[in-house]
Amino acid sequence: MIRLLAKSIREYKRDALLTPLFVTLEVIIECIIPFLTANLVLEIQNGCELSTIVRYGVILMVLAGFSLFFGRIAGTTAASASAGYARNLRRDMFYNIQNFSFANIDRFSTSSLVTRMTTDVTNVQMAFMMIIRGAIRFPLMLVFSFIMAYIMGGSMAFIFLFTIPVLAIGLAVIICKVHPLFVKVFRKYDTLNNSIQENVQAMRVVKSYVREDFEKEKFSTAAEDVCRDFTRAERIMAFNSPLMQFCLYSATCLILGLGAYFIISTQGVALTVGKLSSLFVYSFQILVSLMMLSMVFVMITISAESAHRIVEVLQERSTITSPANAVMDVKDGSIDFDGVDFKYSADAERDALSQIDLHIRSGETVGILGGTGSSKSSLIQLIPRLYDATEGTVRVGGVDVRDYDLDSLRNAVSVVLQKNVLFSGTIKENLRWGNPDATDEEIMEACRLAQADEFIQLFPHKYDTYLERGGVNVSGGQKQRLCIARALLKKPKILILDDSTSAVDTKTDALIRKAFREFIPDTTKIIVAQRVASVQEADRILIMDGGRIVAMGTHEELLKSSPIYQEVYESQNKGGQEDEA
Amino acid sequence: MKPNVPVNRKGTFVRLLRTLFEFFPVLMPVALVCILFSAIVGSLPTVFMQKIIAVIETNWQTGDWAAAAPQILRLVAILATMYGLALISTIVWTQLMAIITQGLLKKLRVKMFDGMQNLPLRYFDTNDHGDIMSHYTNDIDTLRQMVAQSFPQLLSMFVTILAVLVIMLYYSFWLSLVILLGSLVMVKFTRSIGGKSATFFQRQQKSLGKVEGFVEELMDGQKVVKVFCHESETCADFDRLNDALMSDSKQANTYANTLMPILMNTGNFIYALVAIVGGILLITHAPNLSFSGMAFSISITVPFLNMTRQFTGTIGQVSQQINLVVMGMAGAQRIFELMDEEPEVDQGNVTLVNVQEQKDGSLKEVPYRSNVWAWKVPQEDGSFHYTRLTGDVRFEHVDFGYVPEKTVLHDISLFAKPGQKVAFVGATGAGKTTITNLINRFYDIHNGRILYDGIDIMTIRKADLRRSLGIVLQDTNLFTGTVMDNIRYGQLEATDEECIAAAKLAGAHDFITRLPHGYQTMLTSNGANLSQGQRQLLAIARAAVADPPVMIMDEATSSIDTRTEAIVQKGMDALMYGRTVFVIAHRLSTVKNSNAIMVLEQGHIIERGSHDELIAQKGKYYQLYTGAFELE
Repeated sequence: MIRLLAKSIREYKRDALLTPLFVTLEVIIECIIPFLTANLVLEIQNGCELSTIVRYGVILMVLAGFSLFFGRIAGTTAASASAGYARNLRRDMFYNIQNFSFANIDRFSTSSLVTRMTTDVTNVQMAFMMIIRGAIRFPLMLVFSFIMAYIMGGSMAFIFLFTIPVLAIGLAVIICKVHPLFVKVFRKYDTLNNSIQENVQAMRVVKSYVREDFEKEKFSTAAEDVCRDFTRAERIMAFNSPLMQFCLYSATCLILGLGAYFIISTQGVALTVGKLSSLFVYSFQILVSLMMLSMVFVMITISAESAHRIVEVLQERSTITSPANAVMDVKDGSIDFDGVDFKYSADAERDALSQIDLHIRSGETVGILGGTGSSKSSLIQLIPRLYDATEGTVRVGGVDVRDYDLDSLRNAVSVVLQKNVLFSGTIKENLRWGNPDATDEEIMEACRLAQADEFIQLFPHKYDTYLERGGVNVSGGQKQRLCIARALLKKPKILILDDSTSAVDTKTDALIRKAFREFIPDTTKIIVAQRVASVQEADRILIMDGGRIVAMGTHEELLKSSPIYQEVYESQNKGGQEDEA
Repeated sequence: MKPNVPVNRKGTFVRLLRTLFEFFPVLMPVALVCILFSAIVGSLPTVFMQKIIAVIETNWQTGDWAAAAPQILRLVAILATMYGLALISTIVWTQLMAIITQGLLKKLRVKMFDGMQNLPLRYFDTNDHGDIMSHYTNDIDTLRQMVAQSFPQLLSMFVTILAVLVIMLYYSFWLSLVILLGSLVMVKFTRSIGGKSATFFQRQQKSLGKVEGFVEELMDGQKVVKVFCHESETCADFDRLNDALMSDSKQANTYANTLMPILMNTGNFIYALVAIVGGILLITHAPNLSFSGMAFSISITVPFLNMTRQFTGTIGQVSQQINLVVMGMAGAQRIFELMDEEPEVDQGNVTLVNVQEQKDGSLKEVPYRSNVWAWKVPQEDGSFHYTRLTGDVRFEHVDFGYVPEKTVLHDISLFAKPGQKVAFVGATGAGKTTITNLINRFYDIHNGRILYDGIDIMTIRKADLRRSLGIVLQDTNLFTGTVMDNIRYGQLEATDEECIAAAKLAGAHDFITRLPHGYQTMLTSNGANLSQGQRQLLAIARAAVADPPVMIMDEATSSIDTRTEAIVQKGMDALMYGRTVFVIAHRLSTVKNSNAIMVLEQGHIIERGSHDELIAQKGKYYQLYTGAFELE
């Protein structure tokens, strides 16, 4: 896991390595300063010249300047390294996701990917910064301070051999006790906040059933519960600062008592007053660095969970990739299914498609009808190799789809997906997804075919109208027509509409089909629909049920032979056409 | 966060303190006393240190430990005792603050939530839900930090500073002046860097928001990206946002990381300065100016240098805490604002009661559930008149707009007799859904009247009015809990059998029994484990168990497949039977059998009549019906 995460450091390796170096320099100076001040005090005590004091003062200031300088550089490199690392992590995740196949995409939910790329990366970023700054700084500080304390105070330093373990063990106990409590209580806290969100969103329901008091009571119980657990955890945490105080206070008393003894009994040989006061500084530094070290440790533990979730995304390998020596050119729009079986995952109980044998000529128009769960969408998604067939082969233009370069195949096979999406941006920008080099004339041409030009011209900004995220400022039918236009701009050899005119009114639907017949007669067209009217004039209509093709033929043939088709046709034509908007 | 709300720090602070003392009249003062005590004791050691050093000074050249020992040991013992007391009071206040902080947060949460339940629906329609939520998350979190950490620390640091200052002045004015001036510079530095850092952290937050929005949108449309082979363009767009985020994050953290070295080394500078000035004073035997009147000596200079560290260290911490306090105050203010929101007003005095019909046909109020309901209307002479609840709803010249400047419904008049079905048809924005908001008084009308069983709904108590109405909304909202809990939401006293009967009526029983734990299956995140159609069936069952005489049905717009739609439709039909029903139709197939169909356009009823009448008219309805116009 760590090796995979470390891969993303890349160009920030220099900053990541410089940081501990400068931190080390900073720490060394920080430890020398009290040493100097002790000597200064000694000199003052011995009644030195003023020039000596000034010399010490200037040296002190210069050292402080250097410490500031190194600290500042370390701060900058640490910020740069960690921000850069976070950027690389996000980038690596995003790029990897772009390689995901449909099967990979199905495995992660949108919200989980968003959290992984934001909150989780931020956690790891903070932990990374803590590590390159703190993981060096605090142990170093601890060791240096101890060494300096030994140099200054000799055996006095052994006082710390008592306080350090007390603090360390105390902190360890607190962390061990409190960590699982916090994990638990934060989960409860999330649940509590989710329930508030639920309440806010469902306020109409709450108010129309007059459940305000019921909700208050429910919330109050949950809040009470969270409060109890939080208090328990916080009360244990609250022992942190008394513990620290205890260690500091006992160190102070011991230093004072023993220090006085040493100074007096050795007549100032083993220890001096100046050295004594610098011992306080070291004792404080030692304890603080221990405290901070424990915080770094906690931080790393917390971010480990996040790191794990990031690695999951980084490790995910696309199930579909272009082969070596891929075929780059799609000859024509013919499609062949030979004995195709398909499952969404290896452990799925039943096949989504079984025993499909289907041969479509280039330029043919094929309609597909069938109920929910009849796997209409599964069938058409195999053609541009959005999924791979489990058994059998799918061929486009006579070549196995697995032998094509993916981009070439998908540019030749244009699918308008059932769950289609427009992105925030102008209409023109959205349409250019189909062909980035399309001229304005080409764009308008495609929109005319998709019957979208008319309504676009009515917008005040026409083709430059800004679409909000998810295309919420156009109606369902308009959205579908824009999606069709976008797919047409690819000038595909095969065009697949997966229930893409369900919100379009019947008249416009007919006009779109008419335009297809007249203007792109050579393109193979596959139309998946709920309405019989949408597929009625197709060269062939397939009826699907339970993952199999159960009937195939023209409208007239099926009316005679297929009971399912008859039933659907009659229910939809009884008493005139019904609107399904 | 809402922009443009002026920050009233002082008012908020006073109110927060008042709230704290109000909630914890005993604990809070105790905690305060303990904080002050341990802070004062914590700043005393310098005095003892000075005394011990003075003893050492006089004795060290003789090397006679035995002579000095009693004095020193006595001082150390006193110091240890004081430390012990300070430690105890620290334990007391840290424990108390843990209890107080969490208790305060809980009480604030509950108060906010309770207040929120009584807010008018307008509040939820006009405020971003994310923003409402952040009162409970961000604002509460910053407040926790402030109350639990900054507040006691600032108090104790303030005391420390004060105590150290007094002691310093006791020894020497001149040296104190050097420290004070130095500290001033230090505060300036911290404030300016802290401010810059905060600006960049806000920018970082904004950039992060942009990245989040982009990722969310793209991940939702990832399959479209694949179909159009748009991966590299998408990556390029992402890189731009990602790089911007990196640069903001880098700057914000650079400032934050620089703060510590600056604080520490300004401290060192001041230390050096004090040493030099002290040395000069000592050697030149300059006249000292102090409260004690002591002359300069080594026993002043050494503790003074230690105090310098203590003082500058504390000042540094204070200036760091200030930034947290500013954030916490903003959070507290937003919390108070939510608590101060104006609740929904209700002047209705007509209530809904159970009655029993007497032999003479009059109605008598009964205290048990008789399943016969009546409106209890107070009369001017103090007596009550009982009107049987039947579900007769009339609109008389109703005008309405969400904001006064823009009327969305114009002069709507219509009636629905008990048991009738009235359908509303029209394009998005025609005002169909608005009508549902008026009958149950989520919003109040501007002109005209709405009568329920002949009573103006303005005079009916809102809770009773709403209890007599059932609503099935476009978007189904379910609650975390079991399937059974969710159905029972319609009628809290309903038995399991009644709930199951309602589910059967709605046509939901079948799929519920196929769930892993049947009626005890847990639903989370708005029933994410159910399909759209299944969620709607549960909402219908929930309305069925409430069994109101009047139903408002807002059909779902999102497309569900035809088979599920048929099941949902059947459930709806079963629920409508024998009730007055208002249907907001998004599909025309469902309105044919209505007693009356209202075609709305821009807030006006442009056509009305039965299906056959409207078809014969060959107007707008006819065009919609034949598919010549898109409904949505």
